[in-house]
Amino acid sequence: MSDNAPLRQPAPPVDNSVLRAEVAALIVAALNLEVAATDIDPQAPLYGDGLGLDSIDILEIALVVSKQYGVQLRADGEENGQIFRSLDHLTDYISAHRTK
Amino acid sequence: MAYRSGVPVRAGQFLADVRRVAASFPRGDHILNVCGDRYRFTVAFAASLLSRKVSLLPSTHTPEVIRQLKLFAADVFCITDEAQCGIDLPRVAYPERSPADRAGSAEPGDGQPVEIDAECLAAYVFTSGSTGTPLPYRKTWGRLVSCVRHEAERLGLLDGRPHTIVGTVPPQHMYGFESTVLLALQSGNAFSSGRPFYPADVCSELSSVPRPRALVTTPVHLRTLLASEVPVPVTDLILSATAPLSRNLARDVEQRCDTRLLEIYGSTETGQIACRRPAVELEWQLFRGVRLSSSEGQTWAQGGHIEQSTPLCDVVEITAEDRFLLHGRLSDLVNIAGKRSSLAYLNHQLNAIPGVRDGAFFVRDEADASLAGVTRVAALVVAPGVEVSTLTEQLRQRIDPVFLPRPLLFVDALPRNDTGKLPHEALHALAAATLKRAGAK
Repeated sequence: MSDNAPLRQPAPPVDNSVLRAEVAALIVAALNLEVAATDIDPQAPLYGDGLGLDSIDILEIALVVSKQYGVQLRADGEENGQIFRSLDHLTDYISAHRTK
Repeated sequence: MAYRSGVPVRAGQFLADVRRVAASFPRGDHILNVCGDRYRFTVAFAASLLSRKVSLLPSTHTPEVIRQLKLFAADVFCITDEAQCGIDLPRVAYPERSPADRAGSAEPGDGQPVEIDAECLAAYVFTSGSTGTPLPYRKTWGRLVSCVRHEAERLGLLDGRPHTIVGTVPPQHMYGFESTVLLALQSGNAFSSGRPFYPADVCSELSSVPRPRALVTTPVHLRTLLASEVPVPVTDLILSATAPLSRNLARDVEQRCDTRLLEIYGSTETGQIACRRPAVELEWQLFRGVRLSSSEGQTWAQGGHIEQSTPLCDVVEITAEDRFLLHGRLSDLVNIAGKRSSLAYLNHQLNAIPGVRDGAFFVRDEADASLAGVTRVAALVVAPGVEVSTLTEQLRQRIDPVFLPRPLLFVDALPRNDTGKLPHEALHALAAATLKRAGAK
């Protein structure tokens, strides 16, 4: 609610499409999935329904992501699968927290 | 007695919570407690004891299991701490205190201790589907208590120092129920309320509680924790159960975490009955009072907290009055060319090879035309950087040639479920897919 808020430029939308394709490829490779990376719906849940990943898959991807991007996934009190609610969401999470 | 996000909860507060939650229960003598938060689960469990209700602890909450529970006990209702709970039973929302109330009350009024009769029927646990149709087993409060008191003694948790237990396993699973909830309640120790999942969460949950700390977990979580390279806070004791832990992994964990790693052996039917330190010993030592005997080609456990003599589902070699070796599950027995082995034994050999992270043998479907009438085993293995020829040579040195895997398939991970077990269907599905891909190349 600060006075100068209207003067601020809105943050430019981050284009994560390159990273998103990379993350999709990473998931497919890490889990030996029978789908093409480009066929993953960026809005669909990765956990449970949708791609049907289980909690062990998610631990596996968490590991790959930590090695590739230097980001340790955290549930922070939310449901463990929350970060995986879509490819877009996972990509945004990595984009915001990556250290490499 | 517990920590919620690092904030201690004292016994008086706990007892007040138990009375408040018990007052919210509807009629009905059976309760399905699906609270994910370990503290809320424990309060609701104690509240069910207090109001003489019986907790039902199935291994999963699939719609089919819920349907079976309703047949088992028509009056069953469910207590949950999730806003969106899809379980098809009458539901009670866990009545959480307001944050202001939680912060304000130092010592609530009704914190009088409660006495529960040892003969009180506390719970029915159900065997998981992998051993057949779910069957109920009675657990009286006295037997449950006796079991975890022996466990606490064996684990060295009765040395007068207040330990805090952090668990990655759910409180509803027999192992988590015994080794996080009951163990803390009955040994003067405390548990942490969270159920951390990602390695970074496990480490932060550990750091949020004072030492000495114990981590109650499974081989899957241990493997991920080591591979993640997140610095693990000093942890005085680590417990593993649900699936066999290879000696290699056990040694890695002890070295990297500078800790003592103990493995628990038990079953839904008997509860926990033995433990060992897999980095340094193969033999299991029975809990006090428990004894094994062989008859009718099976091993039976009796004595101690075990209500009646119970057959074990494993191949057991009794080596002393209170010690034994495990050679795999009975249903895992494989007979090829007049030689007998077990999948667990073969798995043990495979996992003991340097460079092998995980691996499992399985019996190939006889429907496979090329195998008509001949039992053959195959194996899936996770061993990045290891050559097929090296692995085969190593196996050749460990197992009889008839048990060599045909084929040996390299995969990136095994389809273990969240208790670390390998469901038969998932294993065979992965094998079929991998075989198909190998055939296509």
